[in-house]
Amino acid sequence: MRPPGNRAAILLVALPLAFLGVFYFYPLFEIFSLSLAPGGQWDPGNITALFSTGSSLRILWFTTWQAALSTVLTVVLALPAAYVFARYRFPGKSLIQSCTTIPFVLPSVVVAAAFSALLGDRGLANEWLMVIWGFSSPPIRLEQSLAFILMAHVFYNFTVVLRIVGGFWSRIHPGLSHAAQVLGASPWQAFWKVTFPVLRPGIMAASLLVFIFCFSSFGVILILGGPRYSTIEVAIYRQAVHLFNLPMAAALSLLQICFMFAFMWVYTRLQRSASVPFAPESLKTTQRDIVTNRDRVVVWGTVFLMLLFLASPLLALVVCSLSTGSGVSLLYYRAIFQNAGQSIFYIPPALAIGYSVWFALVTLVLSLCIGLPVAIFLSRDRGLATSLLDPLFMLPLATSAVTLGFGYIVALDEPPLNLRASLIIVPLAHTLVAYPFVVRSILPGLRSIPAHIMESAVLLGAAPGKVWWKVVAPMVRRSLAVGAVFAFTVSIGEFGATVFLARPEIPTVPLAIYRFLGQPGAMNYGQAMAMSTILMLVTAAGFLFLEKLRTGPGGEF
Amino acid sequence: MEHRVALLFVILAAGCFLAGCTKNDAALEVPVVTVMTHDSFSIGKEVLDGFEKEQGVRLRFLKSGDAGAALNQAILSKEHPLADVFYGVDNTFMSRALRANIFVPYSSPLLSCINESLVLDKTHRLVPVDYGDVCVNYDRAWFSQEGLPVPESLDDLVRPEYSGLLVVENPATSSPGLAFLLATVGTCGEDGFVEFWQALRKNRVLVTDGWEDAYWGKFSAASKGGRPLVVSYAASPAAEVYFAEQPPESAPTAAMTGSGTAFRQIEFAGILKGARQPELARRVIDFLLDTPFQQEIPLKMFMFPANKNARLPEVFTEHARLASRPVILDPEVIAERRDAWIRAWTETVLQ
Repeated sequence: MRPPGNRAAILLVALPLAFLGVFYFYPLFEIFSLSLAPGGQWDPGNITALFSTGSSLRILWFTTWQAALSTVLTVVLALPAAYVFARYRFPGKSLIQSCTTIPFVLPSVVVAAAFSALLGDRGLANEWLMVIWGFSSPPIRLEQSLAFILMAHVFYNFTVVLRIVGGFWSRIHPGLSHAAQVLGASPWQAFWKVTFPVLRPGIMAASLLVFIFCFSSFGVILILGGPRYSTIEVAIYRQAVHLFNLPMAAALSLLQICFMFAFMWVYTRLQRSASVPFAPESLKTTQRDIVTNRDRVVVWGTVFLMLLFLASPLLALVVCSLSTGSGVSLLYYRAIFQNAGQSIFYIPPALAIGYSVWFALVTLVLSLCIGLPVAIFLSRDRGLATSLLDPLFMLPLATSAVTLGFGYIVALDEPPLNLRASLIIVPLAHTLVAYPFVVRSILPGLRSIPAHIMESAVLLGAAPGKVWWKVVAPMVRRSLAVGAVFAFTVSIGEFGATVFLARPEIPTVPLAIYRFLGQPGAMNYGQAMAMSTILMLVTAAGFLFLEKLRTGPGGEF
Repeated sequence: MEHRVALLFVILAAGCFLAGCTKNDAALEVPVVTVMTHDSFSIGKEVLDGFEKEQGVRLRFLKSGDAGAALNQAILSKEHPLADVFYGVDNTFMSRALRANIFVPYSSPLLSCINESLVLDKTHRLVPVDYGDVCVNYDRAWFSQEGLPVPESLDDLVRPEYSGLLVVENPATSSPGLAFLLATVGTCGEDGFVEFWQALRKNRVLVTDGWEDAYWGKFSAASKGGRPLVVSYAASPAAEVYFAEQPPESAPTAAMTGSGTAFRQIEFAGILKGARQPELARRVIDFLLDTPFQQEIPLKMFMFPANKNARLPEVFTEHARLASRPVILDPEVIAERRDAWIRAWTETVLQ
């Protein structure tokens, strides 16, 4: 692929930029000008108020370091698993990989319930410890602690590192590291000096996503951390929704956006110099079967530890959904299929699943349409344009859902953009959060393709379009699939935008779960757990299906 | 091969999408009245069908987050209202709604049947639809097992024998949390409530950000939580019975309803300024105040109907309570002081 000329490049980003302009910058601008300059009169008082008491800066500081710590923990814990998934073929691999993505779609209330059921003061772990070791009080004290927040963040984001880094790693020839070892490097040196530098773009892309996710963390902080911990996102929500202090909320949002922009600008500069060109290899040469006992220990040991951490809270949920007052039964599952109160807001599970999957598919398609051109554009260094646009395209992921939701209410209120009550708004909002995953999944792969490969194709007479389809696309298909999986997942689990924009006749599964948890009573709790279990099953089935498509008769992509 | 599958996907998704978008209400040629409300709103099919047939309209409901989020969206969209009627402003948010000037007055003839003490807005821009008391709920089994008497007043809650038993919601993020804070302000006075919360903090009160987390996560009667006292509604025990797996002989929980321990929350509805169907919007307000819908309120939303003629279901008369002398504060005063009270509370309890 010859780098597209300037005109081609502008065409490439025109659609994504227009999309961002209409559905991100315009609503943001409207809500900011309404909040900060009411009646057209700019009032800087709120910006100064932001910095006058130290509290905003304290919140920014906490938000940043908890996100950084969560990111480091997630990467360190997920790297061994990424290695195992990149280097080995073993039975049940795709099923296990699907399961690791489930946490990503679960609403935070449900994850909190799962963690409490397992590790809370009166959770299973404490109960067993007290029975077995005779403790008089619960030995594990995690409720409303920082450790709980960090655990939940790792639980959520493990799959991001596993998939993005694992996918990238599986394209690197193991010969690289073997050669280093033959030349006398220790395995550790071979990893640190050879594999890691090649792997770095993948690790950085995954870290960036995890960092942004933890930076704008909301539900986890609110529920597991309790009221003593507050991220900027939480502070914005409190100001906007409960105190209706829109100027303060807008000022905090601006702080959040500016900080993220600066952060990503630095990140982009670092990342561009980090890319090492290499030709991606076929999985046939990079992966091997389990042969030796050492292989067995490495693979099954890692998988066991990973599942222990990721699956046990999920199993706790399933246990909750099955254990009724009168022992194990399907009572709650039967109940969700009945509209006992004859309410018009009853959500038939099949309908909710249908809408969830439908929104997710539309989001998947839209995200690919937006994310792919952006990634192609960013894969070439275009100087200032790249260093400005790269952070810009990531901003939606780091913007408060409440601010944007209010922006939609104010901005999209007149034809032809009167979309406030329309169906299309839900997948549009989901796309804003989902397409950055597509961009970050493909980008490391695109950037690492050596220029000479494409130049050879051009020399041999291939037109630019043909070079893309025949040379580049096959090399990044795998990471494209990873991006698609994330777009799908983000949409299935998304709740923040949906609750703002939802209409009762288009329920999604997370919405149904929240509705059950809104009223007291054992049946409501049980049905919420049953619905969560169904959400997990639907998600897992969706991934297995995508996986099947990917490795179908047409070959691996 | 996989190209074709992918293409099929795209076409299918696009097709579904277009089909979904074009399926419009206009085709039905029945006037549509939109009601904007919060997540907890619910109504039975039969009652709604009856109204829609009788008036020849269709009601569309727009749920917009919790009570605070929904009201804020109504205020933000006042130039181009999203709906004709808004239901779910409570008395803690009432002044904010009235000051934003988003409602038009309507003196429904049915106001004569409404409990007068609930009619706080004399201009009738907001009319009361239902009410309930926010108070402390307790786990009955836990207290009888421990042989501890149940606390009866706010002062009891700070006594050492109840140390580490209570969980409350953060008033900055939760409406029952705010209501309970207001109960303490009403009972202890503006000078005394900080002292009360200081004592409560010493007595190891636990704070969560939302009702869901307090009730489902920390309350011993509802889950594996370890605390037998939680701030909830005086009608919650009725919900515990109604949503039990098997009808229990007695409710597993009960409400603490002694004098000055509860805050009365009243929910209002009003017609939005700039409504497209102002005449039909009035019929909707009448419908919300009339007995068929009013009798739905208890078992759908676990609140008490504002209409004096509405009959209560049995599970409600038996298990739901009203506080004997709830705290009632002037919405103007709440609007004036709420930020300061919340700040004082945050400093006292969290920092």
